[in-house]
Amino acid sequence: MSLLDREVPGVVMTPDNIRSRTLPVAVNLGIAVGAFVVAAAIVLGAGIGNWVLVVVLGAVFYLVGLNVVAGRIEGRRAARNRAMKALIYSACVLAILPLASVVWTLVSKGVARLDGNFFGTSMNNIGARDPEGGAYHAIIGTLEQVGIATLMSVPLGVLGAIYLVEYGRGKFAGTVRFFVDVMTGIPSIVAGLFILSFWVLIVSPWFNDGQPRFSGFAAALALAVLMLPTIVRSTEEMLRLVPGPLREGSYALGVPQWKTILSVVLPTALPGIVTGVMLAVARAAGETAPVLLVAGGAAAINFDPFAGNQQSLSLFVYQQAGDASRYAPDRAWTAALTLVALVLILTVAAKLLARRNKLSR
Amino acid sequence: MAKRIEASNVSSYYGSFKAIDSVSMTVEPKTITALIGPSGCGKSTFLRSINRMHEVLPNARIEGSLTIDDQNIYDPDVDVTAVRRMIGMVFQRPNPFPTMSIYENAVAGLKLNGVKKKSILDEAAEKSLRSANLWDEVKDRLDRPGAGLSGGQQQRLCIARTIAVEPQVVLMDEPCSALDPISTLAIEDLMFKLKDRFTIIIVTHNMQQAARVSDKTGFFSIDKTGDPGRLIEYDDTQKIFSNPAQKKTEDYITGRFG
Repeated sequence: MSLLDREVPGVVMTPDNIRSRTLPVAVNLGIAVGAFVVAAAIVLGAGIGNWVLVVVLGAVFYLVGLNVVAGRIEGRRAARNRAMKALIYSACVLAILPLASVVWTLVSKGVARLDGNFFGTSMNNIGARDPEGGAYHAIIGTLEQVGIATLMSVPLGVLGAIYLVEYGRGKFAGTVRFFVDVMTGIPSIVAGLFILSFWVLIVSPWFNDGQPRFSGFAAALALAVLMLPTIVRSTEEMLRLVPGPLREGSYALGVPQWKTILSVVLPTALPGIVTGVMLAVARAAGETAPVLLVAGGAAAINFDPFAGNQQSLSLFVYQQAGDASRYAPDRAWTAALTLVALVLILTVAAKLLARRNKLSR
Repeated sequence: MAKRIEASNVSSYYGSFKAIDSVSMTVEPKTITALIGPSGCGKSTFLRSINRMHEVLPNARIEGSLTIDDQNIYDPDVDVTAVRRMIGMVFQRPNPFPTMSIYENAVAGLKLNGVKKKSILDEAAEKSLRSANLWDEVKDRLDRPGAGLSGGQQQRLCIARTIAVEPQVVLMDEPCSALDPISTLAIEDLMFKLKDRFTIIIVTHNMQQAARVSDKTGFFSIDKTGDPGRLIEYDDTQKIFSNPAQKKTEDYITGRFG
């Protein structure tokens, strides 16, 4: 008799115990039906809630009932396995539920104004009684601001991460890494205030006859401040995942370090870097506070990011949601839907682009 | 092409830890030299010192002098990338570049060092893949990823990649330890073929392999963990395996130690 058999009877495989009975699907379904019937009887009979409580209570009854019945039929270990599996699946469903709910709310409420007028016009000369009006100016603003912010923060962030991983040694690198970590937690309103006091109030007067001026570029600067630490951190993690032997293999061919980084390390880490960048872009596209502070928001179309107020989609949502007009909430929902769709399209496009360079398997 | 390597009193350090203690040996051109010894005795460290790969690791440094045809490669004004172009290296685990195809892997050393002409690259790819006994197996799928090959093929691809830049010395760090006997045999055959053109130094744990392929053998050992590794004996392979001068060598080879 082995030690395992003595200590934990029944776990060692013998010809007699390698087979076990499995719970029939019909029984499984029966437990489910029974659980929900009981739950409905309790909840509705006592009048303590509506169908939501029935579902929650039913699920709990089902898990308990399944565990008990499976324990009888299949044995303790198999029943525990079943219970754990059921818990994991329920956790997954619970996690997806709010996501699906958000998407459903956005689509169902946003579809009301999903028309050509919305995407083709601004809010210029739209009064509280006008049902028209759109987010054209806001889409332009978001694309320009996020685009410029990405152009600034991606090269800086990726180069910074390369420094930290490939070159950085000692105190200076440690300090940089510490401040990047601190910056990751910066509230967006602080980034907005920083750009307001630094760019809008001090620098922009130089270009505008001494008058401070809001601009989309200032918003882009604030967004870049927010994106930078995210990009540095995610790129750093991805570069660290590139195995050292790949670098050594390249060095052993007499390839200089910069070329190794450019041609071996970066391409290997590219898909992960793109994911990190897109997370940063998505966050920047959804920021409202900095845009409100330094770009001011606008009702009219302004293509020039360097001069004058600009709108952005998230700011548009914020303003329309608080507007007194009875047509405003519909515009807010459609703009929110547009923003989510925009980020989704950008993410998918970026992933496809990053994969195109990969070899087909 | 092939060059003579002379190491005199080479000591390598990882930070304050001394990994090998004043190793001196001379490797003649167009020979195969095997380095054997128990794990942790500094064979690989010494091998990595020969193409200045040791210093890639943080805080690693080296003392003593290493000359290739009377040029000290550790002189301060020596360009380390030029040294590595001259002294290629094959690693223990196959490490083809995952984003590159078989073709691109084979000519990676040329391409990344600036060779652009397609005709030259094509020719070099075929020549190196043929030299590595891999051409017939991959000639129809040169555009497939290099990481999709089997372990033995990947290792031969790495050898092809190394010899494509036409180095004068090829260092091999246990190139067969992750391979099956058939792939091992293929690589040993390959080493005999390459001997006409290159000086080869190979680190191996397989004593039969050392006896089969090498002209000269160096035996490294340590007294106890934490001590630096030393070169105990360096002589003709025939002599080392039949009549070693040192008791320690004999013990190791006959399996009484290490």
